[in-house]
Parts: sequence; C-alpha cells; structure tokens
Amino acid sequence: MFETLSDRLTQVFSALRGRGRLSAADIDATMREIRIALLEADVALPVVRQFIARVKERASGEEVSAALNPAQQVIKIVNEELIGILGGETRRLRYAKVPPTVIMLAGLQGSGKTTIAAKLALWLREQGNTPMLVAADLQRPNAVQQLEILGERAGVPVFAPSPGNGVGDPVAAARDSVEEARRRQHNMVIIDTAGRLGVDEEMMAQARAIRDATQPDEILFVVDAMIGQDAVTTAQAFLDGVGYDGVVLTKLDGDARGGAALSIVQLTGQPIMFASSGEKLEDFDLFHPDRMASRILDLGDMLTLIEQAEKAFDAEQTATLAGRLVSGEGFTLEDFVEQLAMVRKLGPIGNLLGMLPGAAKNRELLSQVSDRDLDRAEAIVRSMTPEERRNPKIINGSRRARIARGSGVSVGEVSQLVTNFFEGQKQMKALFGGGGIPGMPMVPGMGGGARRVAKSARKKTKKKAPRSGDPRRAADLAREAKGGASAQDRLRAMGGMSALGGGLGGGGLGGDGGLPGLGGADGLPENLADALPGLAFPPSGQGGNVPAAFRGNPKRRKKK
Amino acid sequence: MAVAYIILIVVLGVLAIAAGTFFLLFQRPRRGRTLAPPGQPQAPPAASPPGGGEAETATAAGAPAAVIGVERPPPSAGRMVRLRARLARSQTAVGSALLSLLSRDRLDDETWDEIEEVLITADVGVVPARQMADDLRTKVKVLGVRDTAGVRGLLRSELLAQLGEDTDRSLHVAPHGGTPAVVLIVGVNGTGKTTTAGKLARALIGDEHSVLLGAADTWRAAAADQLQTWGDRVGAETVRASRENADPASVAFDAVSEGIERGVDTVLIDTAGRLHTKVGLMDELGKVKRVVERKAPVDEVLLVLDATTGQNGLRQARVFAEVVNVTGIVLTKLDGTAKGGIVIAVQRELGVPVKLVGLGEGPDDLAPFDPGTFVDAILG
Repeated sequence: MFETLSDRLTQVFSALRGRGRLSAADIDATMREIRIALLEADVALPVVRQFIARVKERASGEEVSAALNPAQQVIKIVNEELIGILGGETRRLRYAKVPPTVIMLAGLQGSGKTTIAAKLALWLREQGNTPMLVAADLQRPNAVQQLEILGERAGVPVFAPSPGNGVGDPVAAARDSVEEARRRQHNMVIIDTAGRLGVDEEMMAQARAIRDATQPDEILFVVDAMIGQDAVTTAQAFLDGVGYDGVVLTKLDGDARGGAALSIVQLTGQPIMFASSGEKLEDFDLFHPDRMASRILDLGDMLTLIEQAEKAFDAEQTATLAGRLVSGEGFTLEDFVEQLAMVRKLGPIGNLLGMLPGAAKNRELLSQVSDRDLDRAEAIVRSMTPEERRNPKIINGSRRARIARGSGVSVGEVSQLVTNFFEGQKQMKALFGGGGIPGMPMVPGMGGGARRVAKSARKKTKKKAPRSGDPRRAADLAREAKGGASAQDRLRAMGGMSALGGGLGGGGLGGDGGLPGLGGADGLPENLADALPGLAFPPSGQGGNVPAAFRGNPKRRKKK
Repeated sequence: MAVAYIILIVVLGVLAIAAGTFFLLFQRPRRGRTLAPPGQPQAPPAASPPGGGEAETATAAGAPAAVIGVERPPPSAGRMVRLRARLARSQTAVGSALLSLLSRDRLDDETWDEIEEVLITADVGVVPARQMADDLRTKVKVLGVRDTAGVRGLLRSELLAQLGEDTDRSLHVAPHGGTPAVVLIVGVNGTGKTTTAGKLARALIGDEHSVLLGAADTWRAAAADQLQTWGDRVGAETVRASRENADPASVAFDAVSEGIERGVDTVLIDTAGRLHTKVGLMDELGKVKRVVERKAPVDEVLLVLDATTGQNGLRQARVFAEVVNVTGIVLTKLDGTAKGGIVIAVQRELGVPVKLVGLGEGPDDLAPFDPGTFVDAILG
C-alpha cells in the first residue's frame, strides 16, 4: 500500500532529470513527500514540522542541487538527520555507587513492561550482574504470577511480597525490595509497575510514590512501537508525571515503522536505550539509532545483515570460494552446504530476510520461509554421495529416489533442489565471472574505508563467537566485535555496495556507479532480483508457486 | 568491502537455492496474493485436534460461586454515556479544535490544511484525513454554512458518515439451534484481549446470559489465571489447558464442547496475543477457528485494537481479517489521550464496524459502541 519514501522521491526527482538546479517548487514537493512518509510512519505532527524545517534548510543548499542523484542525496540528508536525532544522546545504564542499582519501569497498559522487566533482568544477568525482579504491578489480575514465571525462565529471583490482583501496596513492595536486595546481595533491582494512563492522576501519584520510596537510578519509559500520534502526549504526561531517564521501545518485531521513537526523542530529549524485538526473553538489545532510521524510512536493515554476516562467515573460506567463482569454476553442492551452515549462524532465516529492504511490505510472505526448509535442503545434500555433490548432473531417477529415501523427503523435493541449484549456479557464475567483481575497484567512494572494513571483518571472524558455552563470554565477544568498524565506515561501505546493486541491475558495472551515500541501498533488492532472475525460480509444476518442501510450517513457539 | 559483497551474494544465493521461493517476493509484489494459498493445501493440521484434546484440558476448579461471593454486574446498556466524562479528562479534544477552525471567518487553504492536520493527529491517517477535509470543504462551499451550530452539524454528520451510522453493531451472542454462540477474541500483544474477554463476560452476565470462558492463550505466562480471575468474580467458569504449552485449538475446542454440554448461551475464547507479521502464529489462529467450527459456528471474531495504535492498526486489521474473518472491533483504552482515529481507516477499508469500546480500568468499563454518542463526546 505505501510506497517507500525512496520510491516517492525518485518519482519527484525523475521529472527533474537533466535540469541543473532544483527550484523552490521542487524542494517543496520533496518536503511534502517526506512529510507524508513520516506521518505514515506515525511520527507526531509537531515533530514532523520541526524535522521538515531542518531538512528543508539543508536540502535547499548546494548539497542537493550539486549532487548527481538528488533523490538519493535528499534521502541521505533525511537519514542523517534521523540518526542525528535518534542517536543524539546514547548512553549506558547508570549504576548506583552503592548497590543495589534500582531500575523502575513505567508505561501504558499493554506496552510490555512485565516482559521487558524479565528481558532486562536476563540481559543484565548475562553481563554478570545479579538482578532481582520486583512485582509492583498489583493492579492487573495475575501480573505477579506472570512476572514470577518469567523470572523463573530468566533465572532471576522475583520479590513479590503481595499477592496482587488489587491486594497489597505497590509502594511498600517497592520500598521493601531495595532493602531485601541489599540483604540478599543483589546488585540490581528491577521494579515492574502497573500500566497506567498519562491522564490518570491517581496512578501517576502512585508512580511518584514508588519513585520517591526507592530513589531509582534509572526510570525507563516502556513504549510500544505501534503507538500512533498519541506517543507525544503520553510521553510528555509520563515525563511530567514521574519523569524518566530513558526509553525502551517494544514490539519491534511487528511491521510498525516506529515513528514514535523519533517523536519521543525529539520532544522529551530522553534517549532510547533498549529495543525489544521478539517474544523470546533473549530478543532484547541496546538501541541502534541507524537501524531505526532506516526502519522509519523503510530502507531495510542491511547494516545489521552485513555486520552479522561478517561475524559469522569465515573470511578465508569465503575468499577462496570467491576466487574459485571468479576463475570460472562452479559453485558446487559442497560449497552450498558449507555456506548454508554459515548462513544458519546468522540466526533464524525469517529475521535474516526481514532485514532486506522492502521486506516490510513482503513480511508475511517472507516468514513462510522457515528454518525447516533449510534443514531439509541440508538433509537432501547430505544424503548425496560426494560424487553427486561435486557433479549433480549425474543425479538420475534412481539416484533421486535413493536421496529422497535417505533424507526423508519426496523425490519431487530432491529434483526441485537440484533444479534450483543449477539455476543458482548459473547465476553466481554470471555474477562473478561476468565482470562483477573485477569491476569493484572502480566504484568510487569506497577506497580506504572499504578496505578497512574488509580487513576488520577478517580480523573479527578469527575470533568467532562460540556457538554455545558461557553466554557472558559470548556477549563480551559480541560487544567487542561490534566495536570494530564505525558506523560511518559501514555507511560508506554501503554506498559502494548499493552502487554495485544498481550497477548489476543495469546489466554491468557501468550503471550509475557512484550513487552517493546510503540511499541506493533501497534499490538493492529489486535490482538484485532483476540481476538474478534465475534465483527467482520458476514454479516447478508441483503444487503452485511454492514447492511443497518449502512451504512454511506453522511453528509453535518454544518456551525457553 | 569485497568480502561483504561476496558474502551477501553468497547468502542470497544459498538462501535462494535452499528456500527457492523468496526471490519471488521481490519480483511479484504482494498485490493480489493473499496469505493463505501457500500454507493451506497442507491441510490437516499436524497437532492433535478434537479427539485427543480432551485429556489436555480440564475445567477449572468447579463452582467458584461457592467459594467467593459472585458479583452481579450491571447490564451493558447505556454505558457509552460515560465516555464523555472520560474523554473530558484529556484536554486535547479533536472536536473543539475542529470546531474552532471551521468557525473562522475566512476558510483559506491554510485553515483546511490545519483541519487535515488535526485529523491526522487523531491517527485517522493521511489519506482519509485529506478526504474528510475535502468532503467538508465541498459541503461548506455548497451549503454555505457559517454559523457555529451549522458547522457543528456538518462536522457531526461527516464524522458519523465516516463511522458508518447504520452499520449493524449488534453482538451475536445468543445461542442458536442448541449450540452456544461462540466469540473469538483476537489481536496483537498488549491490546487488552484478556481484559476484554473478562469484561465482556461480565457484561453478558449482566445482560442475563450464561457464559463459559475458554483460555486459549496458552502462551503468555499466567494469562489463563488472569482470565480465570475475571471469570471467578462473576461466576463464569473457565476452561483452560491442564498443562503448559497446550495446543490452543484443542483448548478452544474443549471450551466449546463443554459449552454445548452445559447449554450455556455464549462461549468466549481468549486467544494469545500475536503480531500479525508472524505467519506461523496467524496459521495457528486460523486453526483455532477451524477446529472450533467443527463443533459450532463461530459467531463473532472480535479484533481488539488499542486506541493508541497508529497507522499499523490498519495492517493488523487487514491481516487478521484475512486469517479469521474479523466481524467486529473492540477499541480499548479510549480513556487516555488517544483518539483511536485508526478505526475510521479500518472501517473504510475493511468495512468492519467497531462493536465495543473500552472506557477505563473499571470492570464495567466496556460498552457497546454507539457512533452518535461517540461523535457527541468527541465534539464536546
């Protein structure tokens, strides 16, 4: 239904091709599109106005009219401004000088406070803290039980002196909890409070009482990413009512664009500290402003994808593979399983595909591809003989039947995989052999920075995060790895990358090679899809577009 | 850089080979494709539906009536008038802003832009807001209405038209042909499904119906307890899973069977919150409905929408409507500062009417929706 901002701006600017300068009317048209895009992403109106004013000022300058591709340039400006606001004041949790550090959660009903309490507790525990959860939501029926169950799952003790369901004094519970934590030597206390409306003075007074009784080091405002224009009113009401030092954004695993994040940061000046994006307790992390910016603009999350890929992939192996591909040797099924294993390390395939730009629109289809499909594909290949893997052409009917029996799939699925493989092989060969890679160095704007990224990627992969083992160590490693290349480097790398996407789409690297900045990333999927038509495998005549083997299976959520 | 690029190509290639399908997405955008086709032919749901389900569930400790004093809730009629008092608490009345704008001496382009903006701040959405503003503009021009009362009447009729005054908003909760009416309550996480189920049970009992609750939210910790607490207060029994992680479809099935056996009027089934983007979970919801329908037709599927929801509400409604054919919307948390303008977009696009509104935290703060009262409350 909604086109992406990038599409719209491209449309606006397409009329200007060939003209040297942007007129005031052009700028206005651009700003109108940006305004609609932001409003549709639920950014609050007053914030949109301020934001547009800032962007307009910059866009009217030389910066845009001098650019080769004004649409991309404007998107770059918008993106930078968004990141500027969202990430203006990132900071870490403040710890109390004398433990326990008290963290209090506040927010509307149903924003996810209880779940966040448990997620935060787990996150802190994995960093070597000893948190304790406090059930101060005595309002909602059985909120206390919910916290107790979640606490158990997170392996964090829960302090619940009152039974809840309207019985007990949340202020007293919170006050006692601090003492209790000191006694039991917990260094962190996380207080889950009842959901309340900003206009509910009585409940706000209660929140203030809890605050005054516990003197929290951090008050976190928990807000749902799906919230609309009301975000500003609510955020302001809570700021006036109890005050807070940071924001937690929840339910980011939906397809809401999350414009509220921008509204809240801009209006209250409080940073977004954490983001929660899934139903599992582990789906919780520090907030990344750049990713949120792309999300608001629907640019996809390529940065995360690349970052994760760099972490998971064995650089040397990949380089060897690339070398082979460039030299014209084929991509074999052996390579396929090897690479598949690395892809698996990137996490659930659903998340992975969701990071591609344009994914928001296709999310429902994307999530039909499940990890089970990858399992099957691997099982099929593993049921082949080494000879068959090296040379799949020899797979005939009886071999297919054997492979199908060995991997527990139907013969049709085996032939489907083999057909897919041949198509994919052809495409990869075309991409690598057809001058794709050799063209790389010609892409402007990716000189030193890019190489640096590559190098640091190689370094990083050496100390790959262990697949299992001590989670604390894993978290440390992950942090270390993240610290590697700066966001700026990556953005620059992305520029080159997207240029390549565009170039490939245009049937060669000549194309519009030097797209500045990040904007071009948006063009990637389509261009890639164009460039790799073979990868969009034609239906194989068995059961509609989606081969039976690859249909998403309704997955049950597994409790941890 | 080269490495990142190679990796990306390889990732895409590998995924394409393995999954075969996903590149189709980018070539053939979703227009015209619905959620169902690829998933559906996989017919009989894997997990055990009816037959074996009985063992999974148990009616929660019978006769709570004997233990706790059961309340007699008041009937649901006439509750909507409370809305005005509730809305009065929030000072950001859309209505008064619109009225003052429309009563200006000169209605120039700027004023109409402002009117559009006021509507946008109520989460009506950019396109519907523009259309409403244009409609009003035409009417003002044609009718030449300038006085306050006239403008007010114009605004009122426009808002009513958007909300659909004559839409059938009755809840189908009466038993028919020996089977109880089955109401399925669905929605994303945290909108207030369980609370709505509890309050609806109360309201129905207040209206002299007998109610059985089905706790098919087997995912969220303590959700069944929460529902049961509501049920116990008004003497409605709750059918719930006897073990963690039970199949929600089987719980729902048991609830309906139990309801038929006992001859209750209405069976309310509370489901787990699920984001509409998770296809697996949406399939699970479809299955809940299918399995229940083997026993009795589902009369109402109520989508619970939070009044604070922004433009995402439309996507939610669209997906839920595709999967379980939503028959009505419950707009909750309307007592805050939120205006719930998203329901206008939802009603326009999907034709699903708002049937109930949640007006506050009180146990009887769920009211049948009445557009006239609602619009009057908005206009203050």
